[in-house]
Amino acid sequence: MADKIATRQSYGKALVELGAVHQDIVVLDADLSGSTMTKEFAKVYPERFFNAGIAEANMYGMAAGLAISGKTVFASTFAIFAAGRAFEIIRNSIGYTGANVKICATHAGLTVGEDGASHQAIEDLALMRTIPGMTVLNPADDVSARKLLKAAADMQGPVYVRLGRAAVPVIYEEETDVQIGKALTLREGKDYTIIATGILVSQAADAAEQLAGEGIDVRVIDMHTLKPMDEEAVVKAAMETKGIVTVEEHSVIGGLGAAVAQICCAKAPAKVSFVGIRDTFGESGKPDELLEKYGLTAAHIADAVRAMQ
Amino acid sequence: MDKKALQEKAALIRQHIIREVYHAGSGHPGGSLSATDIMTVLYFNEMNIDGHNPLDPNRDKFVLSKGHASPVLYACLAEAGFFPKEDLVTFRKLDSCLQGHPSMLKLCGVEMSTGSLGQGFSAAVGMALANRLDGKTSRVYAMLGDGELQEGIVWEASMAASHYGLDNLCVIVDHNGLQIDGWNCDVMGVMPIAEKFRAFGWNVLELDGHDIDAILARLAEARQHKGTPTVLVAETHKGKGVSFMEDQAGWHGKAPNREQAEQAMAELGGVL
Repeated sequence: MADKIATRQSYGKALVELGAVHQDIVVLDADLSGSTMTKEFAKVYPERFFNAGIAEANMYGMAAGLAISGKTVFASTFAIFAAGRAFEIIRNSIGYTGANVKICATHAGLTVGEDGASHQAIEDLALMRTIPGMTVLNPADDVSARKLLKAAADMQGPVYVRLGRAAVPVIYEEETDVQIGKALTLREGKDYTIIATGILVSQAADAAEQLAGEGIDVRVIDMHTLKPMDEEAVVKAAMETKGIVTVEEHSVIGGLGAAVAQICCAKAPAKVSFVGIRDTFGESGKPDELLEKYGLTAAHIADAVRAMQ
Repeated sequence: MDKKALQEKAALIRQHIIREVYHAGSGHPGGSLSATDIMTVLYFNEMNIDGHNPLDPNRDKFVLSKGHASPVLYACLAEAGFFPKEDLVTFRKLDSCLQGHPSMLKLCGVEMSTGSLGQGFSAAVGMALANRLDGKTSRVYAMLGDGELQEGIVWEASMAASHYGLDNLCVIVDHNGLQIDGWNCDVMGVMPIAEKFRAFGWNVLELDGHDIDAILARLAEARQHKGTPTVLVAETHKGKGVSFMEDQAGWHGKAPNREQAEQAMAELGGVL
């Protein structure tokens, strides 16, 4: 059994490492530093950490001002308050200005768990994708989260990074080359392709394993960068396999599935089916129970592939 | 610049505002004219800025949080040498650097893209924080409308500026009493403004926003004040300087026709 680490823990660790390299990094939080793990940075670099209080709109406005003044700003809260509540501030003050702000949003998706629907952001990727110039990242595990965060710090401009609350399996070796905009292929396959993003990538890999036992050869792609998306990987999957199943812990409206379908429609027509949250809100429950109830487990993904036959 | 020169500069800026809005056929003259005297003093006396060295790392910064008053900002920047005055007539036209609301990526000299109310203030707080982190003595100024105070983010930003003791930040509230739908007190009461900022821990200075001496004096006081941010609550008149625009909500976001523009220019001592 692989180690399990929540990507927000990876974030806390990465920030401390990045803080030593980038003297211009400033970190903001909105009274959730113990949950988003920015407290780790605050402990080591208290002079470069600012709590904005429970005021997400102003936090992202201040982040813009700091970034425009030359800082590399990491500003964190839960995804629902970042992408949701502060959407228009992020759009106008960070997106429109191209400010160098990394919006690192934790507690995304249903796996927030017991807090329930009010705290489960299932539309954040859709919202952030629509902002011109916004890079949108959704790492699958600890290794890719840390590597993508480093890449985000090294690039200029706004980046949205989706991070999870629940511990998820570590699927990559420390040596794995992870680059923004370049999808990772976990497994080659010639029959069908599963394109997954975020914490469900490991479920997708498990589904492919089950299907291999049935003689169905499935390619598994980790689309950690929602924008700019690796179009080449999508087009290849569309042309080389008989169908694509997209997998995301997000609404099927406007997220990974919609982006993949858009590429297929324009460049390589293919059969695409969508594993994600239907047009509904979540509810309280344990992360595993929620993934089961809302159809987001390896078994559900395998069923979606079988249904393509 | 002395008082007389500043008054002459303010008159020129008011003429630019009328020209810009007239040629664009749209825009916001009322709140531009109310802010003109304060902006003139900021750009031609108070702030350390240079139109020929606009990216000087030690410059003071001004954020027009009430971004719809872009005509007065553009007029000040043009007069200060940031871009040619002839370009003012391109305001709001396709491919112009002079967007309807200020865009920092389109025009050098605009320190922050604004237009969505309250956000410029919030960014100014971040800029003041950055100056302090970098050990800079330069200052950050932000101008807000009084209707803008209805935005929740304004009070989030006020709390933060006070919490972090940003005495390098000076906010000016252009208190002309009017917003698009009418008087503030009828739309959504914002009074008492001074008491609200005092309660948030700010150094509050009140003044007549059309009295050059008072503006000079209050800005000097703000510079001397240490420990907390300063807000200047400036009593102004919307449409100031153009008789038929003064204190009229209808001139918040409307361009004059040719006849009206000519009359306005005559009152301001210029020609269209």
